[in-house]
Amino acid sequence: MTAQPAAPRCRAAGGTARAVGRTGGGPALSTSRDNLARFAAIWSRAIYPVTATSMTSAEFEQHLLPLARLLRDTLHAERFDPRAAIRVGEGLVAAHCTDPESLPSILGVIDAYLVLYCGPGLDLPAEECRVRCSRLQHAVAVGFSHALRERTLYEQESISRAALNAKTEAESALAASEARFRAVFETAAVGIGIADLEGNVLEVNESLTRMLGSESYIRHRRAGDWTHPDNGPEGDSLNRELARGERDHYHIEKAYPRADGSVLWADVQVSLLRDAAGRPQYQLGLLEDITERRRLLERLRHQATHDALTALPNRALFFERLDRALSTTDEHGADRADRRIGVCYLDLDGFKAVNDSLGHAVGDRLLVAVAERLRRCVTSPDQLVARIGGDEFVAVYADPPSLAAVTELAGRILKALSTPVLLDDRQLPVHGSIGVVHGPVGTRGAADVLRSADITMYRAKELGGNRYEVADPDADARAITRHGLTNQLPSALRHGEFFVEYQPLIGLEDGVVLGAEALVRWCHPVHGVLGPDQFIPLAESTGQIVPLGRWVLEQAAQQARDWQDRRFTGPAPRINVNLSPVQLTHPDLVAEVAAVLDETGLPPSALCLEVTESALIGANEDALKPLRRIADLGVAIALDDFGTGYSNLSSLRWLPVSVLKLDRSFTRGMRQHPADPVEMKIVEGIVSLAHTLNLTVTVEGVETRTQAEHLRALGCDTAQGWYYGKAGPADQLHALTLADAV
Amino acid sequence: MTDRPSWAPPGIDITVPSVSRVYDYFLGGSHNFEVDREAARVALKAIPAIPKVGQANRAAMRRAVRHAVGRGIDQFLDIGSGIPTFGNVHEVVHTLNPAANVVYVDNDPVAVAHSKAVLDGNEHATIAAADLRDPRSVLDHPETQRMLDLDRPVALLLVAVLHFLRDTDNAYAVVGELRDALAPGSVLVITHATPQAGLLSDDQRRVQDVYQRTSTPLIMRTVPEVERFFTGFELLDPGVVPLNHWRPDTPPSDDDDPALLTGLAGVGLKA
Repeated sequence: MTAQPAAPRCRAAGGTARAVGRTGGGPALSTSRDNLARFAAIWSRAIYPVTATSMTSAEFEQHLLPLARLLRDTLHAERFDPRAAIRVGEGLVAAHCTDPESLPSILGVIDAYLVLYCGPGLDLPAEECRVRCSRLQHAVAVGFSHALRERTLYEQESISRAALNAKTEAESALAASEARFRAVFETAAVGIGIADLEGNVLEVNESLTRMLGSESYIRHRRAGDWTHPDNGPEGDSLNRELARGERDHYHIEKAYPRADGSVLWADVQVSLLRDAAGRPQYQLGLLEDITERRRLLERLRHQATHDALTALPNRALFFERLDRALSTTDEHGADRADRRIGVCYLDLDGFKAVNDSLGHAVGDRLLVAVAERLRRCVTSPDQLVARIGGDEFVAVYADPPSLAAVTELAGRILKALSTPVLLDDRQLPVHGSIGVVHGPVGTRGAADVLRSADITMYRAKELGGNRYEVADPDADARAITRHGLTNQLPSALRHGEFFVEYQPLIGLEDGVVLGAEALVRWCHPVHGVLGPDQFIPLAESTGQIVPLGRWVLEQAAQQARDWQDRRFTGPAPRINVNLSPVQLTHPDLVAEVAAVLDETGLPPSALCLEVTESALIGANEDALKPLRRIADLGVAIALDDFGTGYSNLSSLRWLPVSVLKLDRSFTRGMRQHPADPVEMKIVEGIVSLAHTLNLTVTVEGVETRTQAEHLRALGCDTAQGWYYGKAGPADQLHALTLADAV
Repeated sequence: MTDRPSWAPPGIDITVPSVSRVYDYFLGGSHNFEVDREAARVALKAIPAIPKVGQANRAAMRRAVRHAVGRGIDQFLDIGSGIPTFGNVHEVVHTLNPAANVVYVDNDPVAVAHSKAVLDGNEHATIAAADLRDPRSVLDHPETQRMLDLDRPVALLLVAVLHFLRDTDNAYAVVGELRDALAPGSVLVITHATPQAGLLSDDQRRVQDVYQRTSTPLIMRTVPEVERFFTGFELLDPGVVPLNHWRPDTPPSDDDDPALLTGLAGVGLKA
């Protein structure tokens, strides 16, 4: 890239040299040419080391040849004009002899060798030749200086212009890039603001202005002035760290008051902008409006944490609050192991009856009314009432001052429920039982606390309801067993933990084994073998009695069928199976009994279902219908525990019953001799009445021979009790029967 | 906002000496400012022969270019071209083949602006503002794309430029990436500063110190280190040698300034 002016001049110099060369032809040409070349060689050798040319020395020598020729021809010109040698100086500069240090070499060689190799001629005296040579050197020096100055100025100008162009280009690129960024800034959907380190707002974009209200509203306050009660202190401390240069970035969600007084929720990214030396200079905030998103999330969260019917907090929120209240550290991480916890577990008494009798719609409205009353029992933000189940409500009291404060809350709840709820002009009394738990945090988990409250609530219910009880560990332990058993019933049935034992039924007349009563047992993996008293009420309360009862019926029927298959003579042994009142109301009962008879092939007459007297008291015809239909199948129905209830004798006329089972309490007085005469009279009367009504009489709890003899004398038909045999495995009865047959 | 191109021209700061303007001064040019001359004088004081090295460097480059033209190569990519002073690649090339295309590349905006002015109107030579440290900025530059057909052989000239790449600039990976973009039959021409065996050091270090003050410090590499740049190329005779030993027009003589040994030259052929 030859500098522009240099190249043309170089060519001009060459052109001139050729022109001169043509005019200078003559007889001495070849010698002259050799001499000229010799001069150029010497000249080149002297100058080449001080040039910056990228030519080789041979090339350089060739380059000097025309210049040497120009010198020679000027020297010999008829009309001597030394100014022609100016071009020699220019030509040397064009060949990159730009170092002033080269000038002495250039001139020195001309001075010493030009005349020697190129002069003096026939028509040029030696003296004149020397004078001309000196003047040529002057002209070369003029040309060199002139060209060097021109070249220097030109190059200085061109590099300055280049620097200027580069600067202009960079500036316009910067301006273009600034314009692009300005466009991004102005049209960005996110709000952008730039403030100094004190928070004075310097720039805001359109979006941010729109988000907050107006630009003047924004500019009249500092970034730190955007406070809202919903914001924690962390935003301020983060901003201070940023302003001090200790952090380059932070990201928070923050609430901003809008110009119109409403709240803007924003996802905020703040970055520190530093100057070239790395010192904090500005802060840049990017705000995304998340108000709507947050509102939606809040609605979703409210839905997820509140009960749809009563709008009270639900189970999830209750556990969240309970967990927080049970935490030994507060929300700032400080140790709060000294905190206490209070819980009131409320279950409405008799709510099921309301639901069953008046329908779910009424039940729901009652729950709403109760919820409304409970809501008013909460007197401070550290208390929360939640609905955690059908008619179960819990109040959690975070860090109550004392047990009294918790029982006071329980008392308020009971009082709130004390007036009946008015629904459609109907006064519905509502009562509840409350289990109160109070204690230090850190000793147990939420589930444990709730269980304790639940158990205690049951205790309150067992004590008659409409009251609260405070949990105590001993009562808990007892109840926990009960509670645990209830929970374990379903899996116990699945895992085959139940089994059936059989207690023989003996004909009093001849002492023959007529059959047996099936009695269910629970072989509990922890508590060992449990009797029906320990779990049947639990099974009844949870409805588990239905599958359990069905299972016992199947087992017993199958067993009876086995006995029948083994005994070839005599009537088939009878099997008595207990039927719970809960089973009686189950719609599938009749079908199930029929199915069991069908599947086992047991004659209906060999089956007797025992129903307690209390289950039938007050039963209307509808309730008795299934029992009647079972009786119609040919199955015997026994009235169990006869004499323990109201013993409505008149009802015996129309109940579908064929057997009376006298409670053991009637026969205790007959265990010894002489027997209690009043007892004897009563039993005699009952037997007589029963026989009149075509009912057979079975006596339970026969423990002595004397007792058995009295009963036989009184005309009782069958008996069971320790005297004849305790309940045991089926094989035991089989042995008895065989022995009997012998 | 972080989506800046990986390479953007540095700002124009003529208060900092520029490698290309200092070099121009060494070559007797006046395309420089006082700050450049001041830096150059310090370097010259340490090694007065630097202009000779520069001269030898340009001469070696001319010989290598002529060799490439002799191979039939008609595309030239000269990265780190600097201030176009005289005897440049396109002048050498166009003397031999006026239709050959030359693309100059430099990251110095002033050098680029100057080249633009000089090359204005030249259909077969152009300048691209890009940075060797980001080979894609070179290869993907519109001027490169417009002027060069990378499916055909190219002469890649890395003349007196690789010694401005530090190891942290991944100098070898940079050359590797350029190599991978070249078609078989391409040649790579490298000239590079090297520690002068034996003597030197103190003086050379003073020169290095001068370059430390520019935005591009000088890294001297040994012959094996320079040879490593030719990985993937067949190193042509006589290999990596002092500047005036690479296929000289006239045999190097003992009279040559020993400072010329501080520059290495080599040419490789991509198979």
